[in-house]
Amino acid sequence: MLSKSSPRYKTSRRRFLRTIGLFVGVMGASLATLLPVVTKLIPPRLRPPGAIEETDFLASCIKCGQCVQVCPVEAIFLAELDEGMGIGVPYIDARLQACDFSCDAVQCVLACPTGSLSHKIAKKEEVRMGLARVAKPEACLAKLGLGFKGQARGPNFTGLLRQEEIDRWTPIPVRDYPYDVELCDLCVRECPIEGAISLQDVVDGNGKLPVIHKTCVGCGVCEMICPVEPTVIVIDERKVWEAV
Amino acid sequence: MKGNLNSLLAMLGKTPKKPKKITPEAQTIHLQKRSKKITKQEIEHIRQELRDAEAGKYSKKWQTRRWISIITINLLFTLSFWVDVQLFEGSIIASRVLGFHMADLYSALQVVLAYKVMFINLIIGTATVFIIWILLGGRAFCSWVCPYHLLADIAEKIHQKLAIKKFVTDHTFHRGVRTVFFIVFSLLAFGLGYSLFNSINPVGMISRALIYGPGIAMIWIFILFLFEIFYSRRAWCRYVCPMGLTYGLTGALSPLQITYNLSSCQHDAACHVVCEVPHVLECVKKGRAGHVEVDIGTDCTLCGACVDVCPTSSLKFEIKGLSHIT
Repeated sequence: MLSKSSPRYKTSRRRFLRTIGLFVGVMGASLATLLPVVTKLIPPRLRPPGAIEETDFLASCIKCGQCVQVCPVEAIFLAELDEGMGIGVPYIDARLQACDFSCDAVQCVLACPTGSLSHKIAKKEEVRMGLARVAKPEACLAKLGLGFKGQARGPNFTGLLRQEEIDRWTPIPVRDYPYDVELCDLCVRECPIEGAISLQDVVDGNGKLPVIHKTCVGCGVCEMICPVEPTVIVIDERKVWEAV
Repeated sequence: MKGNLNSLLAMLGKTPKKPKKITPEAQTIHLQKRSKKITKQEIEHIRQELRDAEAGKYSKKWQTRRWISIITINLLFTLSFWVDVQLFEGSIIASRVLGFHMADLYSALQVVLAYKVMFINLIIGTATVFIIWILLGGRAFCSWVCPYHLLADIAEKIHQKLAIKKFVTDHTFHRGVRTVFFIVFSLLAFGLGYSLFNSINPVGMISRALIYGPGIAMIWIFILFLFEIFYSRRAWCRYVCPMGLTYGLTGALSPLQITYNLSSCQHDAACHVVCEVPHVLECVKKGRAGHVEVDIGTDCTLCGACVDVCPTSSLKFEIKGLSHIT
């Protein structure tokens, strides 16, 4: 035993206390990353196709970004440190760039090394990212009986969308594909899933509105293409279809 | 074999002790050295060597090679994404390199403990990485691949410069705390279901920043950088990083190592000054080597700084077994 007044005792005691300080500091920093998740301060995110249940998704994602790299339309981004635990975890901002399934076979799912994006999914029709919802029916051009002419999102929009009759393999910029329609139905005509959305007469009132059906996968193409600012149609993340 | 029990215990935090057994050959050399008088000139010469080591005035052969390796590997990840050549997909934490799955061992362990599902690609990835680093020397990952290591090298150099001028002093911690971090982060991952370490891991942050662009996570990197310059030399690599510890455990099985030769050593301890993990160099102290040739412990990152600084070439890279064949 060292005597309590010896310098060696003092040095070693100080080092011990410092070590505790380091431990508390690093653990504190790591636990702080739980805060945004626990307090739900971070808005829910639209996750890439095949994402498993959110808690498991955060737990299993190894934060490598391989899904980001394989996406042909670069729809996937990695979250920042402000999302705490969610740092490095992929999300999609559909208004900016929706997942349009240009890759045909959910490449991000195949790239995922941890199964955070479930490999049970093989086709775009099996994806369930969320559900589209008409958030502002009063602003919808179809409801107002209006057509649409020109670039859906203006000349500065950088989003991509595949137009099969132009190029089967490479998605093209939305701004390079101007529209000219009598009655705006962009969300319906660009929807990559058959029968997921249709334009229907408003029951009591004038005009038409898009109606979302059970096959909707929540890819967000309708949200991206909607020419109204802010968008009429949005995706509710992770929402599942419930029998009415 | 470098992964003996003492070397493992020293890596986990135990203070290395004088070996119980010293071979007769080594004992003879120890006695010879003890009986030899050292002149004042020799002492002054050794002091000068130590000062040069502190000031970083020595060959940078291995450092240059390491830096080229770190920069090249990380650049390949970045370029693969930017130019879309798909040779290195993903980041340092998990990737597909030329189509082969790879996953960092501790990050993968965190994910498996948190999610409690073993996914086949992750098993393949960790097995691949495990085999690679058994062959290439465990913590060689740290010195030769890790992007944070390069940053920490720079912080360490600044720290050393300031330390010579007495602006800063190195505050050491108990090395065992890294083992505690390893265990606590693992238990928390299992208990909480969140891989907490992965969310503050500077290695992943820097790798992602290099590939996908930097963000506010760089604040954390900056804090660590300042901490290592002004408070504690190489703190993250020495006392915290459980990734490094995992590669250290892997390296216990590796034939690639640094070997120390007692007979040529003049015990000036310049290697101690430049080493990232000086406790592995316990054998270079006078009277401490148990054999004439000693395998440097498994916590060694194979950075080669000691090889560069040693004036008598008593420390060398070696592939165990091969040197005896020729």
